[in-house]
Amino acid sequence: MTDFGFKLSKSSTIDLSRVELDRFEELCRQEPGAKVCIGCGSCTASCPAGRLSGMSVRKVLLGLQRGQKVNDMLQCCMLCGKCTMVCPRGINTRNLILTICRIYD
Amino acid sequence: MILEGKQRIWSEYQKDIPDDHWYYVRSCIRQNFFPASERMFTHIVKDVLGKDLYETPHHTTCGGIAYHCDTIPQETAMTIVARQFALMTEAGYENYCPSCITSFGNYAEILETWREYPELEARIREDLWKACRREFKKPRYLAHSSDLIFHWRGEIARLAKKRLMDVRTGQPLRIVEHIGCHYAKMFPSKGVGGAEYPYVLAGMVESWGGQVIDYPERRHCCGYGFRQYHVKANRGYSLSNTYKKFESMEPYHPDAIVTNCPGCPYFLDRWQYVIASQTGKTYGENGHGIPVLTYEELAGLVLGYDPWDLGLQLHQVAVEPLLDKMGVEYDPKAKYLGLNKEDLMRPELPTQIKCY
Amino acid sequence: MHDNIVIIGGGIAGMEAAKALLALGHTPILIESAPTLGGHVGRWHKLFPDLTSARELVARLRSEIVGANIFLGTQVISMNRLADGYSLKLSNGIVINASALLISTGFKLFEADRKEEYGYGVYDRVITNADLEDWFSGADDARIPQQPQTVGFVHCVGSRDLKACNGQCSKVCCATAIKQAIEIKERFPFARVYCFYMDLRLFGKKYEDFYVNAQRDYAVQFIRGRVSEVSETIDGHLQVKAEDTLSGKPLKMQLDLLVLMAGVVRNTAVQELTSMAGLETDSDGFLRSRDNEYAVVESGQPGIFYAGACTGPKTVPETIAEARSAALSIHAYLKTL
Repeated sequence: MTDFGFKLSKSSTIDLSRVELDRFEELCRQEPGAKVCIGCGSCTASCPAGRLSGMSVRKVLLGLQRGQKVNDMLQCCMLCGKCTMVCPRGINTRNLILTICRIYD
Repeated sequence: MILEGKQRIWSEYQKDIPDDHWYYVRSCIRQNFFPASERMFTHIVKDVLGKDLYETPHHTTCGGIAYHCDTIPQETAMTIVARQFALMTEAGYENYCPSCITSFGNYAEILETWREYPELEARIREDLWKACRREFKKPRYLAHSSDLIFHWRGEIARLAKKRLMDVRTGQPLRIVEHIGCHYAKMFPSKGVGGAEYPYVLAGMVESWGGQVIDYPERRHCCGYGFRQYHVKANRGYSLSNTYKKFESMEPYHPDAIVTNCPGCPYFLDRWQYVIASQTGKTYGENGHGIPVLTYEELAGLVLGYDPWDLGLQLHQVAVEPLLDKMGVEYDPKAKYLGLNKEDLMRPELPTQIKCY
Repeated sequence: MHDNIVIIGGGIAGMEAAKALLALGHTPILIESAPTLGGHVGRWHKLFPDLTSARELVARLRSEIVGANIFLGTQVISMNRLADGYSLKLSNGIVINASALLISTGFKLFEADRKEEYGYGVYDRVITNADLEDWFSGADDARIPQQPQTVGFVHCVGSRDLKACNGQCSKVCCATAIKQAIEIKERFPFARVYCFYMDLRLFGKKYEDFYVNAQRDYAVQFIRGRVSEVSETIDGHLQVKAEDTLSGKPLKMQLDLLVLMAGVVRNTAVQELTSMAGLETDSDGFLRSRDNEYAVVESGQPGIFYAGACTGPKTVPETIAEARSAALSIHAYLKTL
């Protein structure tokens, strides 16, 4: 193939019609709280791992619904429980994190 | 798709296009890219339709390329444009017709800016007077040259020797129309049919017997984008935008693409070769590309002119499949002969996309 | 006749005000330009947040105002100021001298085809919130597929949009979108339903519960991003583009049906009437109240009162409350004459 010194850039667009959501739906069955996140960011703001590693439960939950491989972030979780304490929607984030790790292994 | 819905929108975006007496200004780059297009335009308007179209050799660039590449401020572009208007005024015309879409957008933007900020117009008038002792009237009508061909599309259809039909099947040709961004996206009311569903090229295609393809990425930019292309580090973005359009139009199997911008046909044409060379993918039939034509070239084919006199041999994508469908007679051996039958020599042909 | 009260506009605001005035011992005259009472609510299927029947509400109000003088299919063609009231000439030839007027002329639904990029009237599967209510009520609509797999809702169509010359929030569409998303899920349990929003404004009683319901019980997906452009694919699906602003990435997807939440805009059909009455327009284009905090139901003109969405987008309970408030204000005003 000819080298022109430039090439096609990979599109950053999320094509939601092509995102596999079977595992996310399984997650919702096991932890229904996954469906009610409003993206407020309280979890991330209070996360002791977040400020060191960039981990964010909000980003993980959104990313899984957008077909992004983001669950590795959760390895930094220390299960301290603060995010469960602050979530205004009452999401059991501890169960959420453990369930994501199991399903998306 | 509900055609009546589009027709209702088209009826809301009509523009006044006077029937005669136009002051015509050429594009900086079109004569290099598509050498017969502007020549064909002046021939159709003056000789075929018998209209008054005036040009002056004193005309220069409008500054649009430099403005859009961010190398000159708008005031400089305005003063250049003020001089063009002065040339029009001195020649006794008031209908201004640029051949370039970016010029058209540049003129529309400047006139609109002057309308909003009359003090700026006054300053530019002063600058022009200081610089070259010229004065000007603003054009009464501004129309792009594709607006004029649109305006006369019915007369061209009546004079047509060929139609946009596949002579072998009797079916209308499937044509993608691509509108330059600067035609109506800045000022939807300045374009025939508006910005979302422009009618300027679709109207020509319909009048000349073709079928217009509306595909999901129809409104998307061709990708040229001035700085995207001119800065080599960004050139991949330019290519990727074009690629996105081709991927989107592919399922419709278009027979040709018609455009009204200097950059769009060039990039839609040349990038097909680059895409083929990088990925092996082609979008036409049997390893060909999809021929990309300017509206003047398309009008020229419809009016029965020799494709080699229209400069179609300078396209990257082979136009022969389109000529065969339309029943246009051509001499393959004459493809690389100049107007004076001088041998132009044969270009090296690419391997990944079928060319002749 | 002294103490005549004329109510212009027979939607729920005018009907509720008529009912309240009857209870206060007056016999109001209710003028409606359409052939039936009920206005926009009369066309709606169900109301949020309790999914009560809109038609039943209108029918109940209708039965409660039989004592009023009602002129249907009638318009005010001219209006003159008198020393202690107004003289109105109606399109049926009747002239009424009124001591008090209630303007309850409501709003107009934004014409969704003006947002050309969404392709209402151009693409086969784009409908509005009002079209969907008609369909819920049993009307046929060929644009709605038999079994849609994916349905999108676009919030703020013609609202909070200076390009649509309508800068204000229409207030009711967020809750309406959630209501309609739930109703779609009830009819098509296997469909994926997406709401594209700029902000979710769920301010009313139980609206937040309604939102949680939509997420938890109906798995409605909320995407924070305004749809920029809709187009049609070769197989007749819709392609929509937006930015998923929470992940900061452009997003596209294919849908089987797109519902545009057409907003609430001022009712231009009553411009002539309001200029005859000398009523002022507020900066949002709706009628200007004497005081936006304290006297919303009073106009700047003596004896002319407002109720409902003529002064801005309102929910049903707000409209009903205003209508009662206006009735009391009129009652008190007539005593001062």
